[in-house]
Amino acid sequence: MALINKNASQILATVVSNKRVGQYHQLIINIGDLATVCKPGNFVAINVGGENSRMILRRAFAISRVSSSSTFGGTMELIVAPHGQGSKWLCAQTEGRVIDVIVPLGTAFGIPTEPVQVLLVGGGYGSAPLFGLAEVLNARGCRVDMLLGASTASKIYAPMEGKRSVNSLRIYTEDGSMGQSGRVTDPIRDLINDMNIAVIYSCGPMAMLSAIDAITRGTDVVHQCAVEESMACGIGICMTCVLPVSDTEGNITMQRSCIDGPVMDGAHVQWDKVGKTL
Amino acid sequence: MTALDFSTTLGNAWFPAPTFTASGCASSGRELSQFFDLSDIGGVVTKSVMMKARTGRPTPRMAETPSGMLNSIGLQGPGIDAFIAKDIPFLIEQRSRIIVSIAGETVEEYSTLARKLRSISGISAIEVNISCPNVENRGLVFACDPEASKRVIDGVRRTIGGELPIIAKLSPDVTDLPSIARGVVDAGADALALINTVLGMVINLDTMRPHLGGKTGGLSGPAIRPIAVRAIYQVHAAMPQVPILGMGGVSSGKDALEMIAAGASGISIGTASFGNPTAIMSIQNELKELLVSKGFTSMRQAIGFAHRPEEV
Repeated sequence: MALINKNASQILATVVSNKRVGQYHQLIINIGDLATVCKPGNFVAINVGGENSRMILRRAFAISRVSSSSTFGGTMELIVAPHGQGSKWLCAQTEGRVIDVIVPLGTAFGIPTEPVQVLLVGGGYGSAPLFGLAEVLNARGCRVDMLLGASTASKIYAPMEGKRSVNSLRIYTEDGSMGQSGRVTDPIRDLINDMNIAVIYSCGPMAMLSAIDAITRGTDVVHQCAVEESMACGIGICMTCVLPVSDTEGNITMQRSCIDGPVMDGAHVQWDKVGKTL
Repeated sequence: MTALDFSTTLGNAWFPAPTFTASGCASSGRELSQFFDLSDIGGVVTKSVMMKARTGRPTPRMAETPSGMLNSIGLQGPGIDAFIAKDIPFLIEQRSRIIVSIAGETVEEYSTLARKLRSISGISAIEVNISCPNVENRGLVFACDPEASKRVIDGVRRTIGGELPIIAKLSPDVTDLPSIARGVVDAGADALALINTVLGMVINLDTMRPHLGGKTGGLSGPAIRPIAVRAIYQVHAAMPQVPILGMGGVSSGKDALEMIAAGASGISIGTASFGNPTAIMSIQNELKELLVSKGFTSMRQAIGFAHRPEEV
């Protein structure tokens, strides 16, 4: 086994800014030189609630983008939906607050060695890390098309500057309040047939990832997905965030989405067995 | 600062520090070794290993609760052969002291596991986990049945007794813990690990069903610490000569000292590592400072200190 999370460090980091973007918060956090070792797909585990909190577990957040040359030194950007107690606490942390973070954690999206055509599919705030990924793919010379979907317009995360690194962007909302009406997975089959897509990168709800797998199964398209399963530790010791995954010999084992993921090969995840006894 | 003797013993095994990982909360040490040197703590208690590889229970396996969490892993693991081939050599290479935790579905499986470990060098002690709450058949929680507990420990003793200290890990979910503890000590346990998680449940109000895939789970974290302190105190009062590896929600040096005063010879840190991978290191440092500030010159002087007679 390779050295696990070899670049990860536990540090006290300062919140540089915290802005509301639609239904989400954009947090910029100073992580110094660690920004240079973060890759698209990596995540951060953050202590929430302060010293006397009854919340004892870290919360995991996808890193949407890093900048190693900002005025503040190295920073990372997080797009956070204030859903639970922990994410609400994080979204209430204003500029100057110091938080305990472990970063970078987990696997990263694999970047093709050739300038191939790729499709990025994001659901809700799951789109956030795809913009950082698009920049890397773009620099590799890949043609990058992006599909974003959500139930309604306010849950679409698509920053203006992010659109610069994609060749096309289509938005789908289930209620038709933005872009086209329907699900983000609706056009994928046609796109695979019409374009020469080599890789689909996806990030969003598990149902969306599973639906993409059903479409790519039996095709030559590689599906790299960032999975989401509730974690207690984020560093591989609690064994709670597991998913059934098959190895090259077809053996199915429970793999940790924090260390063996969050980026996994969609074809290896046994979507029909998630949440079942093996 | 006065020199402090921080060492401890569990049975005939000596450790330079009284601080250990808790079984099931550190896998086999690899993941935590990224954050601190495993040889700097008392030792690693590995995740309970069974004869065969095991996939464990379905997800969701975790629910955070006030100052605690429920887990329902179900002893997922590689099986004893892969564990011996891969994990033990890694820990030896890290110069870590090793306590191997074993779990069986039958009395015989425990003895077989002990036999497999007998010839492996570099192991300091064996923890016999007879109290995992996350098995399909709750009847398999040997530690809730005095007779079954004794048979398991007796089987292990016949295999490795006298060679490696046997630490029996007990459940707090019993009516009379001291009598179960006495039973396993009479059967050959050299030390006791107190306590395993407390059985609990969370109902998901969206689905209106038990939240965990395994329905019930083990409660850990600061929420159960007073239960652990009580269990350690009661058992130490009944059998002051038997070393206890104390655990249950320890997240600071103060928490550790409470357990030592109640009667623990060593402390395992589990859930605290989930929130803070360097928790063991900070607990160690805080504990040293506390012991010195209270005038102890060795950690062992503080063991069971809460039981001392009234000053006259």
